[in-house]
Amino acid sequence: MKQYDAIIVGGGHNGLACAAYLARAGRSVLVLERRHVLGGAAVTEEIFPGFKFSVCSYVVSLLRPQIIRDLELPRHGLEILPLECSFAPAVDGPGLVRWPDARRTREEIARYSAKDASLYPEFGREMAQLARLVKPVIDEPSPDPASLHPTELLRLARLGKPFRELGARGIHQLVKMMTLSAADFLDEWFESDVLKAPMSVSGIIGTYLGVRSPSTAYVMLHHYMGEIDGAMRAWGFSRGGTGEVSMSIARAAQAFGAEIRTEAPVAKLLMRGDEAAGVVLADGTELRARVVVSSVDPKLTFTRLVDAKYLPSEFTHALSRYRLRGSSGKVNLALDALPEFTSRPGDGLHIRGDIAVAPSIDYLERAYDDAKYGKFSRRPYINVVLPTLTDSTLAPPGKHIMSCFVQYAPYHLATGPESWPQHREAFGDTVVDTLEELAPGLKNRILHRQVLTPWDMEQDFGLSEGNIFHGELSLEQLAFLRPAAGFAHYQTPVRGLWMCGSGTHPGGGVMAAPGKLAAERMLKERAL
Amino acid sequence: MPNATPFHPRTQALCQSYKWKDWSGYCAPCVYGMSPEREYNAIRNGAGLLDVTPLFKYDVSGKDAARFLSRVLSRDVRALKPGRMTYLCWCDDHGKVLDDGTCAHLGDGRSRLTAAAPALHWLMRHARRYDVTVADVSDEVAALALQGPTSRAILRDACGEVVDGLKFFGVATARIDGFEVVLSRTGYTGDLGYELWVDNAHALALWDALSAAGKRHNLEPVGLDALDISRVEAGFVLRGIDYTGANEALIEAQKSSPYELGLGWTVTLERDGEPFIGQAALEREKREGSAWALVGLDVDWPAIEALYAEHGLPPHVPSAAWRSMVPVYRDGRQVGRATSGTWSPTLKKNLALATVEASVSEPGTPLYLEWTVEWSRQVVPAVVTKTPFFDPPRKRA
Repeated sequence: MKQYDAIIVGGGHNGLACAAYLARAGRSVLVLERRHVLGGAAVTEEIFPGFKFSVCSYVVSLLRPQIIRDLELPRHGLEILPLECSFAPAVDGPGLVRWPDARRTREEIARYSAKDASLYPEFGREMAQLARLVKPVIDEPSPDPASLHPTELLRLARLGKPFRELGARGIHQLVKMMTLSAADFLDEWFESDVLKAPMSVSGIIGTYLGVRSPSTAYVMLHHYMGEIDGAMRAWGFSRGGTGEVSMSIARAAQAFGAEIRTEAPVAKLLMRGDEAAGVVLADGTELRARVVVSSVDPKLTFTRLVDAKYLPSEFTHALSRYRLRGSSGKVNLALDALPEFTSRPGDGLHIRGDIAVAPSIDYLERAYDDAKYGKFSRRPYINVVLPTLTDSTLAPPGKHIMSCFVQYAPYHLATGPESWPQHREAFGDTVVDTLEELAPGLKNRILHRQVLTPWDMEQDFGLSEGNIFHGELSLEQLAFLRPAAGFAHYQTPVRGLWMCGSGTHPGGGVMAAPGKLAAERMLKERAL
Repeated sequence: MPNATPFHPRTQALCQSYKWKDWSGYCAPCVYGMSPEREYNAIRNGAGLLDVTPLFKYDVSGKDAARFLSRVLSRDVRALKPGRMTYLCWCDDHGKVLDDGTCAHLGDGRSRLTAAAPALHWLMRHARRYDVTVADVSDEVAALALQGPTSRAILRDACGEVVDGLKFFGVATARIDGFEVVLSRTGYTGDLGYELWVDNAHALALWDALSAAGKRHNLEPVGLDALDISRVEAGFVLRGIDYTGANEALIEAQKSSPYELGLGWTVTLERDGEPFIGQAALEREKREGSAWALVGLDVDWPAIEALYAEHGLPPHVPSAAWRSMVPVYRDGRQVGRATSGTWSPTLKKNLALATVEASVSEPGTPLYLEWTVEWSRQVVPAVVTKTPFFDPPRKRA
């Protein structure tokens, strides 16, 4: 019976990236995907005839440029189209557009506050400086400050070097970012709600926290990381939908010799003594490998794949406190015609970027208030994109796709997560009603509506508790603490079992960094 | 003072950047909007509409047209069928390239040559012995490039099924709103794309027809900056930038042969009948080897990031392509110069076109390129790479 060097559980972008890097290093690799399509949550599917939805993940945020080069992804079909601007429509008034052009952005902000307009570029520069500290962290395994191993200490010192260059002011800002809420942090800079509200949401995306919850300021930094990638313009759409990111990585992996099987659900690990020796498929087939790499989230990995008896109780306990609690949903609309925002009618450049339904800080906090007590927001934060304006391969000419990321849709409804199917359409109606207020006539243009609740994300996409990042991106679950202290280097308590998903450092988003870093770690440790 | 092309009323209205440049005596937009990036993306992901009227165009007709052209061009075009176009260059007596361009067989013994620089005198000088008429139609024929993945859909909407049968480097005649337009499936972007040739009188009607059809297919007007990014990705050389036309070179060292420019594949040495101009010299060079080679360079991006990091800066590349001569080194010795380059938004790579000594031109050869950060001259590793850097299957499909 054939023994692979590595079997990867899950064909999402991280599993595939891990496979590609291992295959590139000459290892025999098999990827097993439960569904009929590859991509996991980075997937494109034709849900309505002629319309290809990026069903879950809808923008490419921080896909590592080094991975694009290493795996020659453009040769395998990857093309990224930048998101150009950010529009926050209002029920009355022109709202706000932040453009890639400094002068135009200044004029936009000055409508609300001349002071904010003049300070905005300075804020951007300061954030970019701070983000520079964070960027090397996501391109390397996270050093553990509790470790006394010389290489760990050396790496820690190297990462620390830019901190010294920050100066006192920079360090003060950083500490504030790590402790303050997004709203409080922005209050230190700006006065205009119209500006602060759409800026603050980058602190809460994917978390079960509000813009006034402490520590949400830090997550805003990730937003600026895309910008310090500078020329790389990492924020954008993948041509053909987000699934093309996964597909291009899959094609690269196959070109390096990796095998990929779809509709091959893994039931559990195949053990030899207390070591992982392969996997058992749902149909009973046993497949052997020197290592098994799980790209599914930590909860699935350690409750479904591995029998608890193989895990130290301290580890199981640590993971039981790992916070997933998904808080977002997704509504994908197939449209007969473009929406018309009363704020700014027409199909101009302003609707080609992302459109943020975030009219004020209070609005966002109220949306969180609903969620705190187990209801979806009556008026949610919605991040809308119209990818068909830049990518004509997604829908028939003249037709459009409106992709809506919606927060809050807490997994833990007061009536229990399993009650989500009863609330699904009401949730979809809430989203459409919210948008209809800003873009009257939208309802009549909808040809098809797909509503994805956190429950659906768990059931259909294997995202435990519907968490899009395989665990919240909050400070206490990042870096050397992701997914658990002592296990941040992709290894697990089970010999022969490794992790490479978004539940490992540096976390979620379509970065593919966990997959790459895990592969590199395994190769370095001669695990296979 | 540059002239206005027949499309000027449209391009001027659209050009919000006020950035124009002189292209062969015509004013041409560098960029319409805020940055060339979105226009570049139109070329790669929707379609870009570009005024290429400033190209020089010569119509050659008469009994000897094909024989005459095969004498002056380095490529034998006698076998070029009606409805076909080909890419080529032409040389002086010493086998040094004067210019590169295209030759289309339009049917009825009529061919059209395009050129980057004026070539009328050169053509007339050699035409005397042939039964041909050479007409300079540069100022009579307006031209548009329609480039990008949706260009075919736009043309189908604008002028019907004639587009469907048009293969790569094919030429056809179509009618739009009652006037005639020559279509060729060619371009300077390395993508699926077409060029359209029309009498000046119908230029605006053509622009309007394409704009209308493009509404549903992500069509954008694009300027020369975006074109420059895509042509470097496609590995196309540009006369006056990557090489000097032999008739404009001030010294011998500035001249290049087709082999040195990577255009050897367009040269037909094996042929019946009379030789072409420069043939003897090129036969000799082919036998003895060339001194230089034009290559692609993949410039190591992490090394550039590291250089900037030493200065405490995030990496920076200009948003448009660069076109200045930059030294290329091997083992500390200068072995050539890069002549143009760009950050490739699609490949996420830093690319350059360079002329290097033939001995270091094999793909994979590690070289160094000068890179200036904060006024400090450094070198970064660059690997010789086959061009085109970017070659999507849709170009030929």
